[in-house]
This record gives sequence, structure tokens and C-alpha cells, in this order.
Amino acid sequence: MTEVLEAPQSQGGAPAASGSEPFLVVENLTVQFPTHDGLVYAVTDLSYSVEMGKTLGIVGESGSGKSVSSMAVLGLHDIKRSHLTGSIRVGGREVVGASAHTMRRVRGVDVAMIFQDPLTALHPFFRIGKQISEAYRIHHKVSKSVARRRAIEMLDLVGIPQPDRRVDDYVHQFSGGMRQRAMIAMALVNNPKLLIADEPTTALDVTVQAQILDLIQSLQREFGSAVILITHDLGVIAEVADDVLVMYAGRCVEKGSTKEILTKPEMPYTWGLLGSIADVVGDVSKPLIPIPGTPPSLLSPPSGCAFHPRCTYMDKVDGGPRRCETELPELRQGRRADHLLRCHISDPDAVYESEVKEKIG
Amino acid sequence: MTQEPPTTTEGPLLEVTDLQKYFPVKSSGVIRRTIGQVQAVDGVTFSIGAGQSLGLVGESGCGKTTTGRVITRLYDPTAGSMKFEGHEIGHLSKKEMHPYRRDIQLIFQDPYSSLNPRHTVGSIVGTPLLVHNAVPKNQVVDRVQGLLETVGLNPEHFNRYPSEFSGGQRQRIGIARALALNPKLIVADEPVSALDVSIQAQVINLLQDLQQKFGIAFLFIAHDLAIVRHFCPEVAVMYLGKIVEIGDRSSIYETPHHPYTQALLSAAPDVKQAVVGGRRERIRLEGDVPSPVNPPSGCRFRTRCWKAQAICAEQEPPLLEVGGRQVACHFAEPLQVVSSLVAESESEAPSLQDLSESGDAPVQVS
Repeated sequence: MTEVLEAPQSQGGAPAASGSEPFLVVENLTVQFPTHDGLVYAVTDLSYSVEMGKTLGIVGESGSGKSVSSMAVLGLHDIKRSHLTGSIRVGGREVVGASAHTMRRVRGVDVAMIFQDPLTALHPFFRIGKQISEAYRIHHKVSKSVARRRAIEMLDLVGIPQPDRRVDDYVHQFSGGMRQRAMIAMALVNNPKLLIADEPTTALDVTVQAQILDLIQSLQREFGSAVILITHDLGVIAEVADDVLVMYAGRCVEKGSTKEILTKPEMPYTWGLLGSIADVVGDVSKPLIPIPGTPPSLLSPPSGCAFHPRCTYMDKVDGGPRRCETELPELRQGRRADHLLRCHISDPDAVYESEVKEKIG
Repeated sequence: MTQEPPTTTEGPLLEVTDLQKYFPVKSSGVIRRTIGQVQAVDGVTFSIGAGQSLGLVGESGCGKTTTGRVITRLYDPTAGSMKFEGHEIGHLSKKEMHPYRRDIQLIFQDPYSSLNPRHTVGSIVGTPLLVHNAVPKNQVVDRVQGLLETVGLNPEHFNRYPSEFSGGQRQRIGIARALALNPKLIVADEPVSALDVSIQAQVINLLQDLQQKFGIAFLFIAHDLAIVRHFCPEVAVMYLGKIVEIGDRSSIYETPHHPYTQALLSAAPDVKQAVVGGRRERIRLEGDVPSPVNPPSGCRFRTRCWKAQAICAEQEPPLLEVGGRQVACHFAEPLQVVSSLVAESESEAPSLQDLSESGDAPVQVS
């Protein structure tokens, strides 16, 4: 790590977040894709917000809409091929329906993204340094040599050895962990206020994963940025995130502080996730408790609660399983004010304490 | 495995001694001279008893998959011996190997590329039966349907194509194929890492059921330490083509002796630990795994090890019995890395916490 970078003023940066509104506010976001087979309900009625300096973890299985929703924040969906409704405000600026010109200003300066697979996200044909400085020069009117110095500085910041030499390397000359570092350098070159990390460590080994997570956290502390961490690994969430949003079939099914969600979950899907994972401590003779069935197709999501075909707690609902099959549960407040859940069980806490806790403990 | 399994009297099912697999590196140009060797697996020794399972963990490039492929004879070993039920199988010809193939089967990591998209499930699962003449032709369909039922698929689906199944179901098809010939040993190469969390547990439970039901031995290759701990009573940790620590589950996870095992365990994110212990301390390894073409002299881990001293570069540490497991390190000593939630009681090993206070280990509070 080097000394603090000079914080460049973003050109025509975002208007200061109005009053107390968090930096990113997503309200009633719905994303649908028309396809030959019908409409894909990728994200439905999703709301969340992230404050500066905080980390939101989004968990869910593949196809739960976690990536789609965050790509919408960057305006990466082709409006001709997707239906977007709702509101996404980045630093008070509306992103949904914004012009391409506005979006170019949002991307990089306000919001940057780290993708899962650095090998496909980085260009094989251009030198690493060029790719990083290109992102810088789009937002800053500086000469190539200044941008190159900035690229070297960024590579040093993310912990690449001999950055002044490696800046002229190509992607294939970097190892997996270094590629991910280079992508982080590229994402951070304009000091974005919000960093979206989409499965940033899934392709990496555990020791390198620990390095990258540490890096993201230390950069966050240094620059006070907001971070959205998308992952399917609850362990990563547990160690890094302040708040968790659990998604299932395109909807938020549970949301709250990390500790709350992981110690006192109140939604059967979250129970299922916690029961499915093995641990490096605890009783090994305890069997894993998988969630039966498979994630639903978003072409025709199940009626009522989307989780009902896989839920084993429907008999705990007042009104019985019939209600789960027909009526979509509202996102309601759980035991605490900041704990939201989507389930018909009237006292999930009691069910958790009496039946679930011991099994998944 | 370090000790003889107590249950078997005639020795282990599979005995691997000093197994080596080198891949040549060729120069470019017309005369493709060999200019180096990728030492993918370099002197690996272990054994698996009938019906037992051994977990092989390590990071990518450490040679765990290559080990699995040599054992199934998809690769030929460069040197060393592999004994299956006492018979040397390392250097058998294709024809001589044929009868052994039905006893050693493989489950692959990626259920999308390991099933031929143009073959029906019936043909995929039935082919091994035909190749080995295991059942008369007119009974193949019945047997396939029985297998599909065993792995939890609808037997009516035998004439569907892989594309009609989800990832978890495809993995079940792969498992049915591996089971078709009633193998004695299954090499499971990252069988769940491509699947969603909720589906992983389904497949792990299925494999455990099958193991109990049919008494199959497993070589379980994975990078996920928690899954390996759950599935395997014996665990071997590999680094750069060598086993650095091997022993039973509790000794490896509760009091790891090798610095690399300690680093791996402390880096693995874990819900339970994070929730119980809050932010915990980590051993942070610097840099990446060195190239297996030109591995470091002496101990291969020394370039990233905080205990490394002059002797580590000069002498390769042998795999020696220390504290109930075998470990290859000049400075092996126990260190309790996983939070003391369970291990608290008996263990006398110092924990990371103690070490960070005395300033002995490169521990960082994260």
C-alpha cells in the first residue's frame, strides 16, 4: 500500500447526496427481459439502499437476480432488450431512463464494478496499464504520461510488485490473483463512491480470496466508499458485509444486519441456505440439510410465495400451505426494525428457536 | 492415510507410493525439444482402505486433480507405484487395465462439459454397462432406470438429453454413470463446486448415502475445506505437487501443524466462525503459488512461509509423524486456527490470538 492518493476532483461529479439520503437508493426496481420463450422476470420490486462507508452483501443462488439488479445500477442493460421500471438514485441522480451521456458520467466516477472473471473482463490485446489509464483519461483531461503514472500508482496501491514494469504487461502475463487486482485497480482509478463487486473472489483460491477481500476492505476504509458485494458464499458475507440482502427468484426475501440475519434468520429460505453449508468447526456427524428441489425458472415463477415449492415449513403458516401457494407475502418487519422478511409464518422467530436452530446450529 | 485401516485385514484398497507425474514443456519451433518439466505431482504417498474416504485439498495447480487422473489412469504416472487391491496398476497396458476400470470410476467437476449433449441420459449411463458387458443388452434399460432412481432422478427420464436437466440433476447423472459398474473406488474431482449452495448439500448427502449403502471408497478432491471436513475422515493437504500434511480429520482441522494448512484454514471464510468470533485474525500469505516448472529448492512452501529459515532452502522436509499425523515441515508445531468454539476444551495448542499477542506469527487483525 502506498501513501494516500491525491483525490482527483471528478469532472462535473454527481450532485452531493441530498440531506440524509444514502448514496445509493434503489426503489421498486423491476427488470424484465422479453425472450422467445416469454418474459423473464429477472428482478421484481426490489428496494435497498447503501450508505457511504458501508458494505451491503447480496446473496442468492444463480438466477436469483443479484447480478441483474446491480448491473441496472450501472445502466448496463440494453433498454431495447429489457424493461426497467422503478427508481435507482446514485448520489441523488436518477439512473433509470438516464441518457447515455449521463450514464457515462456515472460509470467509473460514481459507480465502478469488479466482475467475477478477470480473464474475460480485461482485454487480452491491450497492455494492463493502457486499460487502466484509458478509464482515467475518459474522466480526467490529462496527458498520457500523467495517466500512465496514475496507472502505476494504482497497481502499486492494489499490491502488484514492481508496478512500473508490470504496467506494460498483458493480461496473460498475470496470475489469477494479480488479474483480479488489476481489475480492482481499474475500477478504483477514478475513486468511485460506490464499488459493486460481483463475485469478486469466486474464481480464486482461498488464500488469494482472503488477500482480495482484505484489499477491498482496506481501500473502502481509506476512501470511505460504499460497497455492494454480490456472492453466493455466506462465509464471505459473514466476514465482510455490514448488511445482507437475501434474494430468491428476483425478489428480496430477507434483509437486515449481517449478524442478525446469520444468527437469527427468520425466513425459511435463509434457514435452508444456512443448513446447506458445511463448516470447518462444529459437529461433523450432523448431516447437511439441503433445500429440496431446484431454483424456479424466472420465465414462469411459482404463484404466491416463489419459495413455496421448496419450503418445508408451510404447515406453520396460519391458513396453511394454500396461502403460500396463492398469496405473495409482503416484505414485512421482523423482530427488529431493520430486519425485513417475506414470509407468511406469523412468528418465524418461535419456529426458528424451537425447530430450526438446533438442526442448522 | 497414515495407519493401516483397522477394518481390513488384506491391506488397503488403493496404495499409492511416491507417485510422480511430470508433464514435458516443449520448445516452440520445428524440433519440439523438451525444455522443462511441469512437476504436477511429485512423490505423493497415501492409501485408502475399502469403503473409506480420503479428502485431497489444496489450491489450484497443487496437483490434486492430476493425482486423481493418474489414479484413474487417464494419465500415465511418470514414476512411483499404485497398487489396487495389491495389484500394481501403474504401468498396465490399456488391455490389461480394462478389468480394473470398472472398479475405479470418476465423477467430474463440471456437469455441463462432462455429459455428451447429443446422447440421451440412458445412453450416457448405459454405455459403461455395454462396454464391460456387465448386463445382457436387453436388461440395460432396466438397470439404467434403477440407477437413475438410486441417484434421485425420475427413471422415466432415461430418454431425455442432458440439456433438459439442471446443474444438480446433471451431476446426479454423472454419479449414476460412475455407479453403473458397482465400483470399489470413486475419484470425485470437485463434485459440487460448480453447483449452487442449496444443491451442493443435496449432492453431498447423496454421495454419503451411496457410500454407506454400497461401501464405496472415495478419493474426494476439493478446494472447499468445510466440505472435505464434512465428507472425509482422513484428509491430505497438497501444495505444489506434494502432500504437506496428512492425517485424520480432527488432527488436521483442530491442531494443524504445517504452516500451509494453518494458512489455508485461517483464510477459509466460515459463517459459524465469523458469527461467533466476529472479525477474526488471519494468517496472510503473500504472493502466489510458485510455478511447478521450477519449484523452490528444499521446502516448496518456503517462499511464502513466515517460519522459513536457511535449512528450508537446503533440505526438503520429509513427511514425518508428528502429533498423530504426518507433516512435512522442519518447524512443525501445532497452532489452533479455527475459532475455539468447539476445540476449546481439550486442545492445548496455542491459538492465533495468543501468537499475535506474543508477536510470533504474521497475524493481522482484520
